[in-house]
Amino acid sequence: MISAGLDIGSRSIKCAVVENGTLTATRQTDTGIDPVGQAEPLIKDLAFDTILATGYGRNLFEIAHDAATITEIKAHARGAAHFFPSIPTVLDIGGQDSKVIRLNTDGRVVRFEMNDRCAAGTGKFLEIMAQNLGFGIADFGSRAMAADKQLNISSMCTVFAESEVTSLVARGESPDAIARGLHLSVVKRAVSMLNRVSPGGPVAFTGGVANNNFIVEALAQRSGREICVPETPEMTGAVGAALIAQDRHTGPAPA
Amino acid sequence: MKETLFKKLQQIAEQNVIDIEAHKSKGNHAIGFYCLYAPTELAVAADAIPLPLCGTRQDPIEAAEENLPRNLCPLIKSSYGFGITDTCPFFKFSDMIVADTTCDGKKKMFELMSEFKDVHILQLPQQQNTERFLEPWIREVEDLKTRLEQKTGKSITEAKIKDAIRLLNRERDAKKRLMDVTRAVPSPLTGTELVEIIFKTGFFADKEKGIALLNEIAESCEAMSRDGISPYTAKTPRILVTGVPMGLGCEKVARILEESGASVVAFESCSGYKLAFQVDETKDPVRALAEQYLAIPCSVMSPNPGRIDLLNRMIPDFSVNGVVDLTWQACHTYNVEAHQIRKLVSDHHGLPYLHIETDYSESDTEQLRVRIEAFLEMI
Repeated sequence: MISAGLDIGSRSIKCAVVENGTLTATRQTDTGIDPVGQAEPLIKDLAFDTILATGYGRNLFEIAHDAATITEIKAHARGAAHFFPSIPTVLDIGGQDSKVIRLNTDGRVVRFEMNDRCAAGTGKFLEIMAQNLGFGIADFGSRAMAADKQLNISSMCTVFAESEVTSLVARGESPDAIARGLHLSVVKRAVSMLNRVSPGGPVAFTGGVANNNFIVEALAQRSGREICVPETPEMTGAVGAALIAQDRHTGPAPA
Repeated sequence: MKETLFKKLQQIAEQNVIDIEAHKSKGNHAIGFYCLYAPTELAVAADAIPLPLCGTRQDPIEAAEENLPRNLCPLIKSSYGFGITDTCPFFKFSDMIVADTTCDGKKKMFELMSEFKDVHILQLPQQQNTERFLEPWIREVEDLKTRLEQKTGKSITEAKIKDAIRLLNRERDAKKRLMDVTRAVPSPLTGTELVEIIFKTGFFADKEKGIALLNEIAESCEAMSRDGISPYTAKTPRILVTGVPMGLGCEKVARILEESGASVVAFESCSGYKLAFQVDETKDPVRALAEQYLAIPCSVMSPNPGRIDLLNRMIPDFSVNGVVDLTWQACHTYNVEAHQIRKLVSDHHGLPYLHIETDYSESDTEQLRVRIEAFLEMI
C-alpha cells in the first residue's frame, strides 16, 4: 500500500510518499503562480495507490485531480505525531502563516490558533528581512547567532519592521545584530502563541522555519520547553497527508 | 416551497418601502434604532414605525473612514457611513435616531452623527438587575417617551404602551418560533436563510403583516421538518454562532461554514436569539420595558452572566456540535469575552470552539476557510 501526500504551500510544494507506514520519498518545488501546474511534474512519475492534498492550494488540486483534501492543521498534527508520538503540542512556522496545534492523547486536534492575517512572524518575514540586509536565507540564522549585541525590534508587521530596520542601519547598527533582533521578534511572537494554546511541555516544531538553528535555540531558551525538530521539518504536512491517506485506505496503523 | 416563500418575502420587503412612505405621508413618523437596548415599543406607542438601522454592509465604510478611524469596528463604520452618504432608505425615512451609550466606539460615533441628524442618546448603565442601575435607566426610558411625544406630537399613554408591548411580544414570539425551527435535526433552514429572513422582516411598517409572514414561514419550515425535507442529513455538524450580530452583507462566516459542510442552526447575538425575549405585560409598562431591555446580555455589560446562561440553554436546545465565536475587528468587549466563552464551550460543554476576528470585507475569505475547515475536522 503506497500513499502520497501533497502539501501545496504558499512558497513551495512538498510531496511525500509513504509505503506501509514508512516514509520512502520526498520531493519539493517552488509554488510560483500556477500551483497545480507546478505540482504535476512532482507527482507524474510517482507510483501510489492514493493521494491526499493539503495546503492553501489544496482546493485547486482537488478540482483538477478529483483528489481528497484536508486542512494543513490536520496534516501537520498527523505528521508531527508520526515523528514525535508523545508530544501533544505542534508549532508550525511556514512560508505565509504560523500556527500552534494542541492534540489529545489520541492525536486528535483539540485546539489551534493561527496567524494568517499577514506575513509577520513567518518564513516570508525572515526572507524579506534577509534580503534587505543582503544575507542569503540559508545563513541568516548563523549570522544572527554570531551577533555580539542584542537589539530589540518591536514591529511585528513586515512593512513596519522594514522601516525599523532602515533606521537601525542608519544608526550604524551591524547587520548581524539587526538579524538577531529580527529573529527574536519572530520567536517572541511564537512563544506567546505557544503559551496561549498549550500549558507547557515539549513542542514539535515543523515547517521550513524550523530549519533555522538560531530560531530553534532561541525558542527553547525563551519558552523553557524542549523543542523537537523532525529531520525535514518542511515535509511534515506532506507526510501527515500521506499517512492520513493511508489511514483512510487501511484503517489506522497499529501503534 | 422555500423558493415561493423567499419570493414572497422579497415582494413584501419591496412593498414595505411604499408602505412606509404612505404611513409617513399621513403625518406619522419613523424612528431609527441602532441597538437592541432601546425599547421600540415607545415608538410604536407614538404611531411611529421603528426601523433597525444597524449597518451590515461594506459599501459605505470607505466614506465613513474619512471621519472615523480605520481601526474601528466595521458595524460602527458601516452604520455611520450609511448616514453620512445618505444611501440607506431607512436612515432617510427616520425623523429621529435613538442611540445608546453601549460601547466606546458607538457612543462617540453618535456624537459625530448628531452633526447631521436628530439623535437622541440613551445613557445605558453597564450593570443589570440592581435597583441602583435600574432606577436611572427607568428615567432614561421616561425621557425617551417625552422626547418621542415632542417629536411626533402624539401623546404616549400607558394604555398605548401596553398595546405596543403586547404587539411586539407577539412579533418577538413569531421571530422566536422561526428561529426555533432549526432545532429540528436536520434543520429545514440554512443559517444564511435565517439571517436573510430576520433581516428583511425587521423593517415592516405594518407589524401585523410582519407577524403573519414570520408565522407563515415558520409554519412552512415546521411542515418541511415533518416531511423530512432538509438540505442536510442527521450527521451534518450543527454549529451555533455566538458574539457580534450578523445581517445581510456581513454573513460571510455563516456562508463559509455552510460551504464547508456545516449547518448553522443558531445565532446567539442581538440579530438572533438575544431578541427572543418577552416583556412583562402585567407590570407598570415603563418599568417592565426598562427591566427587560436592560437584561439583554450584550458584552458591553460588566459582568455579563446572561450570555453564559443563554448559551447554556441554547447549546443543548439546538443539539449543537460546535461553537463559533464571532468578533468584529476592534470590538473589544466581545473580543475579551471570547476568553470566558472558550472556557465555557470547551471545558463545560466539551465542544470544539473557534474564535474568529474579522471585518465585513472579503479579503480574508480563504484564510477563514482554512480555520473553519480545520474547526469542522475537530468535530
